[in-house]
Amino acid sequence: MPLTPPAEPDPEPKMNWASFYAVISGVNRHSTGIGRIWLSVLFIFRILVLVVAAESVWGDEKSGFTCNTQQPGCNSVCYDQFFPISHIRLWALQLILVSTPALLVAMHVAHRRHVDKRLYKLSGRSNPKDLEQIKTQKMKITGALWWTYIISLLFRIIFEVTFMYVFYMIYPGYKMIRLVKCDSYPCPNTVDCFVSRPTEKTVFTVFMLAVSGVCILLNIAEVVFLVGKACSKHLHNAGDSTMGAWIQQKLCSF
Amino acid sequence: MSWPALYAQLVGANRHSTSLGKTWLSVLFIFRVMVLVVAAESVWGDEQSDFTCNTLQPGCENVCYDQFFPVSHIRLWCLQLVFVSAPTLLVAMYVAYRNHRDKRKAGFLSTKGLDEELETLKKRRLPITGALWWTYACSLVFRLLFEAGFMYALYVVYDGFQMPRLVQCDQWPCPNLVDCFISRPTEKTIFTVFMATASSICMVLNVAELVYLVAKAVNSCFSTKTSDPSKAHSSQDNIHLAASLLSPVADGISSRQHIMYMYTYHC
Repeated sequence: MPLTPPAEPDPEPKMNWASFYAVISGVNRHSTGIGRIWLSVLFIFRILVLVVAAESVWGDEKSGFTCNTQQPGCNSVCYDQFFPISHIRLWALQLILVSTPALLVAMHVAHRRHVDKRLYKLSGRSNPKDLEQIKTQKMKITGALWWTYIISLLFRIIFEVTFMYVFYMIYPGYKMIRLVKCDSYPCPNTVDCFVSRPTEKTVFTVFMLAVSGVCILLNIAEVVFLVGKACSKHLHNAGDSTMGAWIQQKLCSF
Repeated sequence: MSWPALYAQLVGANRHSTSLGKTWLSVLFIFRVMVLVVAAESVWGDEQSDFTCNTLQPGCENVCYDQFFPVSHIRLWCLQLVFVSAPTLLVAMYVAYRNHRDKRKAGFLSTKGLDEELETLKKRRLPITGALWWTYACSLVFRLLFEAGFMYALYVVYDGFQMPRLVQCDQWPCPNLVDCFISRPTEKTIFTVFMATASSICMVLNVAELVYLVAKAVNSCFSTKTSDPSKAHSSQDNIHLAASLLSPVADGISSRQHIMYMYTYHC
């Protein structure tokens, strides 16, 4: 019996969550420890679960939605009335929007590096070693970068909460019901329509919401950490003798 | 050839863009290409198989689907994204031409190895002046035209951005007027509005970039006309001051911030 050749690897890489991960994880280097935990939770417990499990649960959401009628079009219309936007699409949009504020930080870091390069060149230190050093050094989260980071965290929290609210508005109670009653045209009278896999969908919805809550808590913890760190640094510096006082005077006059 | 390959091409050309151009590229890939691939394609996946008409007449569904959906939204958006990305390749081609020309010049004059020269040429970032400015501005104008053109085409073909639940069709071979039902109309409307919004944001970014480039060109035109020779001398002083200060500084704030404060103090 001839052996079947091994399956060829997919020659065309797709634009998908993997390439998105590559883009977002680059920002990781400039995050705090809590930020890195947040990113891992996002990718492992949300994106991975979405791709490997949730998408197959919702895969037959339309074909498995059955109404107790043979009237053509009734299925489509009732499905559209009760599911204006699928959970999967809402989660995909939520994950994309929640990850993008991190790119604000990446842009700020790139801008800072560009300014540093210019200063180095002005001072005559333009050998490739120094310029490489700028690229690889880790930026401290101070000054304007601190503000950018805080704003990105606040946007993340706002997006997460907004999506949880939208979910609640569209699917009250976060529970997937087994049976919906529909009387939109062209359904004759009121017909019973049955949702496919309601319990499994409820389980995944609750799971994704719980992880979303955990991510919100991580973001809040990170904000508190950064604010606390900045306050303690400010107090420490204000307490310092000559250098701190001189800097404060310059800052005030600037 | 796929979206990541296009991304790789555009990122290469992006090195010579302004910050607005880099923001535009991020918005394009994250909010348009990414959303199209991971979300929108699955919404439109069953658009023909779930297009149901209230008749058993064979061929009626096919004919009615074809009448109301001459080109699918997904295909229109793919074409739009390809056309909108293409002008950036103009810039990439011009940069490649400049590198080639400079390489030929450098080959005659320099004593370094040719490979080293080529690497230096490839890594440098060209300032957006002269012919590159015109190429860049043309690419922005074309981007705007393509974006507006495709949005207008989508609006005209589908009579607005909303997807109706029901369409009525009387093409042969359908007997009389039949009701045909579209699958997931609300979800499709949501995604159409989202993509139209992202497209508008991209147009705004392109307009802003164009205004910025024009303003920068006008500004540099005026400053070269009215430049004062004595100012050049004092700027040299400041550069030396910055250089002398760019030595390791004591603990506390970073050397960079120290330089900025001292520089502004002495200006």
